[in-house]
Amino acid sequence: MKYIARKAMAMLVTLFVISVLAFLAFEVLPGDPTTKMLGTDWTPERAAALREELGLNAPTPERYLHWLGGFFGGDFGVSYSYGIPVGDLLQGKLPVTLCLSLIAFCMVVVISIPVALFLARREGSALDRVCSVINQIAMSIPPFFIGIIFTSIFGLALRLFVAGSFVSAEESLSGFLAYLIFPALSIALPKSAMTVKLLRSSILNEMGEDYVRTAYSRGNSRKTVLRRHVLRNSIIPVITFLAVTIADIVAGSIIIEQVFNIPGLGRLLLLSISNRDFPVVLSIIMIIATIVIFVNFLADVAYQLVDPRIRLK
Amino acid sequence: MKVCKRILTLLLALLMLTAVLCGCKDGKSAPVEPTPGVSATEPVRGGELTVGIAQDLDDSLDPHKMTAAGTREILFNVFEGLVKPDENGNLIPAVASSYTIAETGDAFTFTLRDGVRFHNGSEVTVGDIVYSISRVAGLDTGTPLIAAFSAVKSVEATDDRTVVVKTQTPYLEFLSYLTCAVIPENSDPADGLIGTGPFSFSERKAQESIVIERFDDYWGQPAYLDKVTFKIIENANTLVMSLKSGAIDLCAHLTTAQAAELGSDFNIAEGSMNLVQAMYLNNAYGPLQDVRVRQALCCAVDREAILGLINDGRGSILGSSMYPAFGKYYADLSTYYTKDIDRAKQLLSDAGYAGGFDLEITAPMNYQIHVDTAQVIAEQLKAIGVNCTINTVEWSTWLEKVYQNRDYQATVVGFDTSAAMTAQSLLARFESTSGKNVCNFSSAQYDERYAAAIASTDEAGQVAAYQDCQQILAENAAAVYVQDPCDLVAMRSNIGGYRFYPIYVMDLSCVSYMK
Repeated sequence: MKYIARKAMAMLVTLFVISVLAFLAFEVLPGDPTTKMLGTDWTPERAAALREELGLNAPTPERYLHWLGGFFGGDFGVSYSYGIPVGDLLQGKLPVTLCLSLIAFCMVVVISIPVALFLARREGSALDRVCSVINQIAMSIPPFFIGIIFTSIFGLALRLFVAGSFVSAEESLSGFLAYLIFPALSIALPKSAMTVKLLRSSILNEMGEDYVRTAYSRGNSRKTVLRRHVLRNSIIPVITFLAVTIADIVAGSIIIEQVFNIPGLGRLLLLSISNRDFPVVLSIIMIIATIVIFVNFLADVAYQLVDPRIRLK
Repeated sequence: MKVCKRILTLLLALLMLTAVLCGCKDGKSAPVEPTPGVSATEPVRGGELTVGIAQDLDDSLDPHKMTAAGTREILFNVFEGLVKPDENGNLIPAVASSYTIAETGDAFTFTLRDGVRFHNGSEVTVGDIVYSISRVAGLDTGTPLIAAFSAVKSVEATDDRTVVVKTQTPYLEFLSYLTCAVIPENSDPADGLIGTGPFSFSERKAQESIVIERFDDYWGQPAYLDKVTFKIIENANTLVMSLKSGAIDLCAHLTTAQAAELGSDFNIAEGSMNLVQAMYLNNAYGPLQDVRVRQALCCAVDREAILGLINDGRGSILGSSMYPAFGKYYADLSTYYTKDIDRAKQLLSDAGYAGGFDLEITAPMNYQIHVDTAQVIAEQLKAIGVNCTINTVEWSTWLEKVYQNRDYQATVVGFDTSAAMTAQSLLARFESTSGKNVCNFSSAQYDERYAAAIASTDEAGQVAAYQDCQQILAENAAAVYVQDPCDLVAMRSNIGGYRFYPIYVMDLSCVSYMK
């Protein structure tokens, strides 16, 4: 319990530090939210009046505390550019990004475990060697580039989906899920490759252990030994890796949303940064940071549940 | 090729004619009859329409606070003022049934129309009108939400059907600003958008869509369509693809190239964008301080060629800061400068720049037409030894660097009339003391004529003063004026009734499916 409490404290401190850094980043960044808000109606007088109205003239610590207080009270502020509460704005965006991340994560699990088992069973074969080269390639291509390749092959050449015409979940759930397949795959592919590499070597490590020989001597086939005994043990480090991957996927979806024109958190984030729409940017940063940190926290907890030695450290 | 183009032009003209003839009529209870001479196409009541829009509306939908032209374009369907513009640019009574302007030009008296209802069902009262105008004018806060409303002295209801708006000085054009939205008393649009227009606001999803629905209790001719969804599609190729695939039914502001990609399933209507597109010059920058240099640039540019390259020759060539839809106010100066390389070279050498100079043209990258125009101009200016480099920037960078700090040499962009269709809104930015004077233009003569136009209490005098202003801008070559670009609207062939306005709006109340 003490371990968990310690980790939870660390989590809160990290979040606090992130909020301070994010807030300060906007103090340093050049540019002013009134620029975009007033457009070609901008005059110095109107800008000054608007800054006053938005409360931008108060000293930094005061504005930070004001924002922090609101944030913990569930009031994320009002978007400067859209003029509506940030909570309402995010309501439609968060599920999209989470859905995309979830699908991508499922893909990672569904692809990587069978492939790793398959390759471990054929260790050293020609197929294994070819696959490890392919794996290396898949690992090193950034998701956005895979996204661009997918768009041109499956979207423009084969017309499996209409590039850029996102279907919202209310319009058609199946259309929504179908549209997310390729973006999710773009995120999942490099992550799967990494997981395969890790799991494959972890399995091969375990294969040398004593209990494996015992299992063989009891007359089990190679396949049964792998599935029943080795996989269980070798997946422990992989679980931790997958947990970190979730966080990575959520953050990575920001870029993929740009490539596939998906109206999720990521697109809103980028637009809001260029509009200097602080309340929106801060809220999104905090949401993503919370997800990343919370998943890491869960991984820590899960890890020590599986391996009691961690607790003693 | 030429024949092809001619056929295309003919076809377009025919399509336009059909669109115009199919257009619905004014008048309240007009039973719609098929227009004689056109095969039986009749507007049908009902149906849903999806309109593609090319930019996200990252703007407040508060009708008094919105700034983007794209927002105004859509909310035109939801909100109305005491008066509203018609398709000829005239102001017609809307929430007010009639108005009178005092001889002195500083008081406007409105009579409230009977039976105008808000989208929430309540009837419009004079209190709502007083509240709305006071809100825009910032009578309580001291800061007007729309700059022109700083002229408001008072707004009061003299009885329960009459409202009088007084301005501090005579200000005839102020009537145009009273197209600003009437909203319910003590309401804040942040809590819900309630207007009196033919459509009511239904839903907004940031970066995705905006939905409006027909308002059945509308005081005028009700809209045909049940529901209109504006779908935001920022990628130009996707936009065309979505038209073809049927994801959207109508899309405005297409380029000639985009329109040409669409097949025969579409009607293409041609109007104008109502912009003054120009290469605006920083009159305070180095060589551009010399009027002869600026005139040389004007002489070196071949506007016909620009129109040809950008939009197959469509659009109106401009010679000053106003476009033809302004009717009587518009002074046709389109031939004030014509391409004359020798004269341009002469002017340059008179100014001491016989060898030419370097010029950086800044263009906002989110407006392809301005970037394209900048490229053509850069090519044309080579002939007089002016070496141009083009700097494309993001819109917010443009606003800050060019518009606010005026830290630029030349920029290609288009200005519209903003909040109301007034000659003033296009000419105010050349007054030497204006906060919007992006050109750093300074002419005592201009300031004098502009002030005279604003203060004028008789229309003829005002028109003359505004025409003088345009003349001064052309003579002093404040900018290299280019064009009012053409605006192409594509709609599925069973849709009709689209109307062009002389301002940047999209009126969907008269658009309908055709039988």
